[in-house]
Amino acid sequence: MKRALRRWLTHRSRIPPALRLSLAVVLATMAVVGLVAPTSEGQSSTSATAGGPLPEPNSPTKSPEPPGAGNPTRSFPDSPALRAQGFTLYQASCSSCHGIALQGTPRVAPSLRGVGAGPVDFYLSTGRMPLEQPREEPQRNSPAFTREQIDALIAYVASFGGPAAPTADPADGNLALGFRKFTLNCAGCHQIVARGGITVGAQAPDLQEATPQQIAEAVRMGPYLMPHFDSRQLDQQDLDSIARYVLWTRHPDNSGGWAIYNIGPIPEGMVAWFIGLAALVLVARLIGERMDEPV
Amino acid sequence: MSRLAKLLGLLVAARTALRAAAGRSAPPPVTVESDVDPRRRVVPSSRRAEGVVALLLLIAALFAFAFPVIYIVSSGDTQLLGVALGGALLLLAVACIVAGKFVVPQETAVEDRGPLLVEEQTEEVIELIEAGGQGISRRAILLGAGGAAGAALLTAAATPLASLGPTLSALHETPWARGVRLVDDEGRPYLADEIQIGSCYTALPEGKDAESFGAGLLVVRLPAGFIHLPAARRDWAPHGILAYSKICPHAGCAISLYRYPTYAPTSQEPAFTCPCHYSTFLPGEGGRVIFGPAGRALPQLPLMIDAEGYLRAAAKFHEDIGPSWWGVHRAQS
Repeated sequence: MKRALRRWLTHRSRIPPALRLSLAVVLATMAVVGLVAPTSEGQSSTSATAGGPLPEPNSPTKSPEPPGAGNPTRSFPDSPALRAQGFTLYQASCSSCHGIALQGTPRVAPSLRGVGAGPVDFYLSTGRMPLEQPREEPQRNSPAFTREQIDALIAYVASFGGPAAPTADPADGNLALGFRKFTLNCAGCHQIVARGGITVGAQAPDLQEATPQQIAEAVRMGPYLMPHFDSRQLDQQDLDSIARYVLWTRHPDNSGGWAIYNIGPIPEGMVAWFIGLAALVLVARLIGERMDEPV
Repeated sequence: MSRLAKLLGLLVAARTALRAAAGRSAPPPVTVESDVDPRRRVVPSSRRAEGVVALLLLIAALFAFAFPVIYIVSSGDTQLLGVALGGALLLLAVACIVAGKFVVPQETAVEDRGPLLVEEQTEEVIELIEAGGQGISRRAILLGAGGAAGAALLTAAATPLASLGPTLSALHETPWARGVRLVDDEGRPYLADEIQIGSCYTALPEGKDAESFGAGLLVVRLPAGFIHLPAARRDWAPHGILAYSKICPHAGCAISLYRYPTYAPTSQEPAFTCPCHYSTFLPGEGGRVIFGPAGRALPQLPLMIDAEGYLRAAAKFHEDIGPSWWGVHRAQS
C-alpha cells in the first residue's frame, strides 16, 4: 500500500513537464477563483419573513372599485318581488358555493356581501357563472339565466350593499384617447386589437363580444386575475373611450389585405413562410428538371 | 388559404397525370462507370420561344411602368402597387425560366478531377519537410525563440481588447435616489393612500427625464399575507406598497402584465408577467422568478412615505436594472 502510494507519487509521468506545469497553473487559478468569487443567485440562501395572514379565508382578495364620485352609474330594476325571485334563484343555483347567506365558503368561493350590482351583472350576463367546479377558470359562455332572472339575482345580491355598477357610453368617448389608454393599460394581455391572449395562469379573453356595460364592469372590478382600475387611473372619459375603441376593433381598417383575425405579425409571417416556401419549392422542382435523353 | 392550397394540389396532380399519359418514367440514375459520354450541346434556336420571352419581358416592363403611374394617380393604393411590382417580378422570373429552358444552348459539360491522394506524393512531401531542417544543431534554442516570438505576437494582438468600447458606467445609474417622489405619466405625485390592492400603477421619477434608463417603475400594494420579503428588505415596502423596475431582466421589455386573484384560494398568487417571453415574477417575494427565461429576480426599489403621505424612493436601486449581461448578474434576493 505504502509502496504503491510512493510509486504513484514519484514515478515519471508521460505528460511533458511544461504541459503539467501549465495544467497545474490553470487548476490552481480555477480553485482560487472558485473560493474567492461570490456565490451566485441560485446558491445564496435567503431568510423569508413570515407575513401576516391573508384576510378572512372566504372574503374576496380584491373588491370592486366604485365608479368614482360624480360618474354615471347603471341602475338595474329593483322591487320586493324581484328580490324574492332572486332569493329563490340564488338558493337554487349559487348558494352551494357562495353560501346560503352570501357569506361564501372557505377555500371554495368568496363572500358576495358588499360586491354590489356590477360583478353580478358581469359574471352572469357573460355566462361566466355558475361554474361547474370552484377551481375552474371562469370563461365566457352563453348565459345560464334569462335577462329577467339576471336582474332578479342582481336585485337580491345588491340588497346586501356595495358600490353602484359603473357604466360606459362609447358615444361620449374619443377613439384616439381610447387607443392610447387601451395600449397603455389593456393591450399587454388583451392584444392591441382586443383579440385576447394568455398570461401565466390564465387566459385573457378576446373582447369581440363584450358590451360597453360589461367592459365598464370588468375595468372597475377586475374579474378573476385581471387587475382593477380606479377612477384615478382611468377616469370616466378614459372608460368611455376604451369602450369605443374596443367596439372599433371589431371592424378595423384592414388595408393590408387578408387580416387573419388580426392576431398579429407572427401568424402573418408564418402564412407567408409556408405558402411562399411551398410555392418556391414547387417552382424549383418544375424548372430544375433533369434532361432525360441526349438529343 | 385553402383555395391557394387546393390550387397547388391541382397543379401537382395535373402534372402527374400528364406525365403518366405521356408514358414517361423517371430517368435512370447516372452511373459513374458508364461508358456513355454525357457531354452534349443542344442549340434550340427556336424563334417561337424567343418571341414568347420578348413578349413576357415587355409585359413585365408594362407592369413595372404601372407602379409609378399607380403611385401618382391613385395616391398609393397598396394593393394595386403590390400587384404591379409583384406582377413585374413574376413575369421577369417566368421570362428567365423560359429563356433558360428554350432559348439559350443546353449544355452538359464534364470536368476531370484528379485523384485525391497519391501515396508516393505524401512521402515526397514528408521528405521535403525533413530536408528543410538539415544541419541545424541548436534546435531547442530556435524552438524556444520561435515560441517566445509567437506568444509575444499573440499578446500584442490581444492588447487592443483592453480599450474595447466605452465605459458603461451609465448603465449602473438610474434617476432614482433617496427622496425622489413617484409620479404618474401625467406628472401627478402618488399618495400612498391612492395605491389600491389589486391594481398596478406605473410610476416615474419626479422632475427627471421619463425616457431615461430605469425611470419606469411598477407599483403595487399587497396584503401582508402575500408579502414574504428577505429580512434585509423588511423596510422596503411601507404599508405593503412595493416598487419594482419595469424593465424585464431577460431581454429588456417593459413588463405590462399584472395578475391579482379575485379569490386567492382558487386561483394564482399575484405576479408580474413580461409580455415578450412570459417571464413571471412574484412581487411579494422580492421579484423572484417563477416562470420563463429571466435569469434573475426583478430589481426592487426601497420605498418610503413622507410626512404629507406621498410615496418617495428610500434609496437608489441596490443592483443593476435592465437585461442581464456579463457584468450584471448580481441578485440580492
